Amino acid sequence: MVPMSAEPIVQIRNINKFYGDNHVVRDLDLDVLEGEFLTILGSSGSGKTTTLRMVGGFEQPTSGEILLGGENVADREPYERDVNTVFQSYALFPHMTIFDNVAYGLKMRKVPKDEIVRRVTDILALVQLTAFESRRPSQLSGGQMQRVAIARALVNHPKVLLLDEPLGALDLKLRKQMQLELKRLQRKLNITFLYVTHDQEEALTMSDRIGIMHDGVLEQVGVPKDIYEEPANRFVATFIGETNLFDGVISAVGGDIARLTIESGTVLGRCSGLKVGEMAAVSVRPERMRFSTMPVDGFSIEGIAREQVYVGSVLKSMVELPNGQEVRLERLASDPLPADGPVYLYWDPLDARVVQSPDQAVYGAVQTATFL
Amino acid sequence: MALKRQLREKLRHRGGIVYCAIIYGILFLPIAVIVANSFNATDTKPYMSWKGFTFDWYAKLLSDRSLLSSFGNTMVLAITTTIIATVMGTIVAVGMYRYKFRGKGVIDGLLYIPVVIPEIVMGISLLVLFTSIHLPQGMLSLVIAHVTFCLPFVIFNVRARLDGYDQSLEEASMDLGANKLKTFFGVTLPMLAPGIAGGALLSFTLSIDDVVVSFFVNGQTMTFPLKVMQSIKSGVAPDVNALSTLILIATILLVVLTQSKMVPNLVSKLRNRRARTLRSQDCAGTSSVNMKEES
Amino acid sequence: MKLSSHEFRSNTLPAAITVIPAVAWLALFVAIPLVYIVVMSFCSIDEYYNVTFQFTLGNYANLLNPSYVQIYVQSLVIAALSTIICLALGYPFAYLISRTFKEHKVILYMLVIIPFWTNSLIRIYGWRTFLGASGFLNAALMSLHVVNEPVDFLFNQGATILGMTYDLFPFMVLPLYTAIEKLDEAQIEASSDLGAHGLATLFKVVVPQTVSGIFSGCIMVFIPSLGAFYISDILGGGNSDVIGNLIQRQFQSGNNWPLGAALSIILIAITLLLVKVYQCSGGDMESLGV
Repeated sequence: MVPMSAEPIVQIRNINKFYGDNHVVRDLDLDVLEGEFLTILGSSGSGKTTTLRMVGGFEQPTSGEILLGGENVADREPYERDVNTVFQSYALFPHMTIFDNVAYGLKMRKVPKDEIVRRVTDILALVQLTAFESRRPSQLSGGQMQRVAIARALVNHPKVLLLDEPLGALDLKLRKQMQLELKRLQRKLNITFLYVTHDQEEALTMSDRIGIMHDGVLEQVGVPKDIYEEPANRFVATFIGETNLFDGVISAVGGDIARLTIESGTVLGRCSGLKVGEMAAVSVRPERMRFSTMPVDGFSIEGIAREQVYVGSVLKSMVELPNGQEVRLERLASDPLPADGPVYLYWDPLDARVVQSPDQAVYGAVQTATFL
Repeated sequence: MALKRQLREKLRHRGGIVYCAIIYGILFLPIAVIVANSFNATDTKPYMSWKGFTFDWYAKLLSDRSLLSSFGNTMVLAITTTIIATVMGTIVAVGMYRYKFRGKGVIDGLLYIPVVIPEIVMGISLLVLFTSIHLPQGMLSLVIAHVTFCLPFVIFNVRARLDGYDQSLEEASMDLGANKLKTFFGVTLPMLAPGIAGGALLSFTLSIDDVVVSFFVNGQTMTFPLKVMQSIKSGVAPDVNALSTLILIATILLVVLTQSKMVPNLVSKLRNRRARTLRSQDCAGTSSVNMKEES
Repeated sequence: MKLSSHEFRSNTLPAAITVIPAVAWLALFVAIPLVYIVVMSFCSIDEYYNVTFQFTLGNYANLLNPSYVQIYVQSLVIAALSTIICLALGYPFAYLISRTFKEHKVILYMLVIIPFWTNSLIRIYGWRTFLGASGFLNAALMSLHVVNEPVDFLFNQGATILGMTYDLFPFMVLPLYTAIEKLDEAQIEASSDLGAHGLATLFKVVVPQTVSGIFSGCIMVFIPSLGAFYISDILGGGNSDVIGNLIQRQFQSGNNWPLGAALSIILIAITLLLVKVYQCSGGDMESLGV
């Protein structure tokens, strides 16, 4: 874990980026703490890669500041910044050996020759590529090239390592392996990692903190648990994991519990900072959804069990409501829901989260990922 | 602020534009001179100083029989060369790709010779050959010579296209019932078309511009470049400039037409019009509805 | 790896039909004429300037004639300078149009090729018109009172070099363009990321990966410029002959075909040497035809 006293090493202040009329990054504020593994998670077009490239110096913000160790570097070229990047396509120099590739940055900085040899040898040992020192990139597999790219960047001891979806081109098994390796490396070297990906699971596995970006906006930043359990808004709730959403209007607030009036009646959920009369939605994760064959006080969601699938140790069920909405439940393998009569859904209000939902006409009764 | 770096990049960008503009300027300078001189109302050799604007030379061009016939020769030569070289080159390229046999290295070597060797060596070697076998020198010897140096370029172009070729397309065609000949014309050839077209275009270009090789094997037949060379000895009469200007305009128009969307647009417009008339003939009652849908 | 493996069918008859015509053509009109040349270089001529099959090494001895040697040297110098200038001007140009201005690269590429659709002789003559004593440049200079008399731009080696460089410029630019275009932008960013300034990135990352294009372009400029006699005729006016002029003369006014053949052997030898060097440095023969 990152110590609570960690200072921010990268400070992104009020960054905006336009490509012509396209507002790709909007009013971005983000602090990256020293020694942490921060992942920016988002789908393509969310602006996450553009943000990373602005920190690296390959794009320039239209307005705003980027502070590295306290200094504003927005004006500086990539070679003037104390950060290094691991590129998605690895970008290894094909006409140089692995050794020369890794040594490149050190040579540029005119590090003395014996120190270069020492540092390159050490880092290649760390990524287990010592035997490949005098080979060329074309002789390496994808996973090996990737490790060279990481070594080439890390050997320079940058203040921050920027990683642009480095595992995208690897097969599943290798990717999972590399995720753990990267995490191990980061912990061992104690270098700050700023990581960009669209893969949720990757982000949840590796990161100390996650920042969710959507449409150029940073929706929420927090530790994985908080992102999952306490989504800040509707987008985050639906983006991470699966959830069930019930749209409605807040009819009452008491402490940190709110009552929502939804289509079929009223429901309860945990919320903070929202007021009576606001358009909102209750987000209930499938594993928190409960059912009964008898009507439940305080809830009025009634439906018919339609599909049930065993997936290993978990039973996934789908309940169809009269208005067409499909609610998903997930329980440890047990008896399936009764298919012959109505099923009444409810939950512990503390298990549900109320989020803002201003554009209900747009979203409608939306459901998240596919059933399986 | 990111201002300083943006300024630097803008200057670099501007510098690049200036550099390219200068290069292009130099590239087009002699052409500008030629075009300008085609309107030059000078009448004394060596026709270099500007004496006023005129269309006279374009008029004189029409009556300059020898110049026009040399141009005609060049066209005939180029088209004949292109056809022969393209057909022969395509066939051998496909054959080399498809069949396995020894000696491909030798063929490759033979192909590279006309590409790399100085044209003058090609020219005199063919002259020596033709003289010793007493081949009449004229259009025949010219065609043979031109095909010889155009052939490798056609083959390279088609081969480049074959490199990325997926043989399962041919297999699918034969699986669906087409025999080898039909497959060749229906599947293989259309696939190769860009390579063939590229080779043909290159072949045509090389032929119409050839000076050195033609110089040695032309006998009495005048091609346009050779006629120009002859005129240069006596100071190029501006009607040569006029013809060159016309050729330039024609080629530019050709490029613009093939590159722009004009032709495809025209074709699709004609198709739509035809479809519309057909449909209105089919459904007399609902024709107006259909027309609305299409627009 | 290709998805569908390429199967060779060894049916000799179809193979022969497709391949033999072209091979026969090449053998007859490329290989055999060259053999003739080699043979002829050892022949003599009689008093009527007819070629006789009398073996002699006289032609090769003649090659060592000092006035000829001077022309070889001049030829090589002109070719070398033309190549160097083409490379120096062409490399940044190719880089700019293929990368910096890559949104317009198609039209920019075409703009390089379009001038070469006018006959090359005409364009060389355009230069002569421009640079001549009563040509446009001199007229302009005099009317601006920069000079009082026409400057002799023409009829020297410089003019020939200008003509060669101009005529062969696209043959340098095209292979360079092809090689530079293939470069991965991410590598340039990576080099910058690792601390290299612009020039360092150019020489350590960009140039090494475009070496094949550089060699290809150099060969496509150097070799033709040894033989392009019409350029040195029109712009150099006989003061800057290249080997091509020597050869041409033997087949025209000199009427000494065997000597011309021997001179050609020199050209062939230089060509083979350069191609060998190119191949040994890893050059790809296919890219020479681009």
